[in-house]
Amino acid sequence: MELLSQIMIMAVGAIFINNFVLAKFLGICPYLGVSKKLDSAFGMGMAVIFVMTMASAITWLIQTYLLVPFNIEYLQTIAFILTIASLVQFVEMVIQKNAPALYKSLGVFLPLITTNCAVLGVAILNLTANNGLPYNFGFSILNGFFSGVGFTLVLVLMAGIREKLEYAELPASMKGMPIALIIAGSMALAFLGFAGLKF
Amino acid sequence: MSAMKEFTKGFIKENPVFILVLGMCPTLAVTSSVQDALGMGISSTFVLLCSNIIVSLIKGIVPTKIRIPMFIVVIATFVTIVDMAMAAFMPPLHKSLGLFIPLIVVNCIILGRAEAFASKNNLFMSIMDALGMGLGFTFALVVLGTIRELLGAGKILGFPILPQAYQDSPMLVAILAPGAFITLGFILAVINLLNKRGK
Repeated sequence: MELLSQIMIMAVGAIFINNFVLAKFLGICPYLGVSKKLDSAFGMGMAVIFVMTMASAITWLIQTYLLVPFNIEYLQTIAFILTIASLVQFVEMVIQKNAPALYKSLGVFLPLITTNCAVLGVAILNLTANNGLPYNFGFSILNGFFSGVGFTLVLVLMAGIREKLEYAELPASMKGMPIALIIAGSMALAFLGFAGLKF
Repeated sequence: MSAMKEFTKGFIKENPVFILVLGMCPTLAVTSSVQDALGMGISSTFVLLCSNIIVSLIKGIVPTKIRIPMFIVVIATFVTIVDMAMAAFMPPLHKSLGLFIPLIVVNCIILGRAEAFASKNNLFMSIMDALGMGLGFTFALVVLGTIRELLGAGKILGFPILPQAYQDSPMLVAILAPGAFITLGFILAVINLLNKRGK
């Protein structure tokens, strides 16, 4: 029971209170870039959840069994970014080979994920998230997963709003990026309200 | 003459933040005060300059197929240097920028300039390009930081600007997450407006 409530707290924290996009400013580029259409936003979101979960697991293993025993923690940034880049490449190849249908819907988004700072961000955050100490293996994976879900949630919400926005009459200079940023700001205001949730 | 053009284009015509809308995560995350904005801008400029120099020097040796991972390793190396130097000499700044120092690796401006410019041009031009883009990025961060710190705290660089009465109850939202999105949204709208007037 203890464990279950811990997981619930983590889920609410990662999805609503400390949302990666709106509270931590990670993954803004895909958030603004891929939120014009609902389907592609959903596809991107799924790909991000998958990669963030995998990346959390693998970077945890690298940190614990490779970097710490050999005292080379200062190589963390280089090791993590290379792992994530090759992971994304690998995932892309596996999906292409084994699930062509999935590849068709996710494929184009996968290469974009390497430069999504949310993935590297979650890997680094997992190492200090537990009051300055690393999460254990299971919690790291869960944190990656829930953070990805939080990202997907705001991405899909944003895409829904922007699809409607196509039909809105706006001043010409507000069209496109400016109005998207202001809407993102309003969403961030709404999400600030979740900070009042206390356990 | 053309070197001068490469240098100045980063400020206004191709400003990475205001015109190209790249590198959004650090732009939004570290501009709650002018000091953080300056620190981030200068660190990114340093990494951009060093990576452009190296990439421009090795452009003939690197096989095209693996150029992106090579560029990422080069960038990650300099980011690690910045990270360690800042932790040693400026611990307070390192603490307030936090996660966003390692995340300079995935700043699309840096990889973008390596791929789009330094891998095709000679050393001197690449240096000019890096300085122009880096300082343009710093300039954008400082503009955003100035507005947010002035509205959100009534101060600039910690010096009180607005009257005490304002500082006692400032527009706090400007230095919180939503303020970042909304301020940048309005800045982009004003730039769009000015561009239209200019034509």
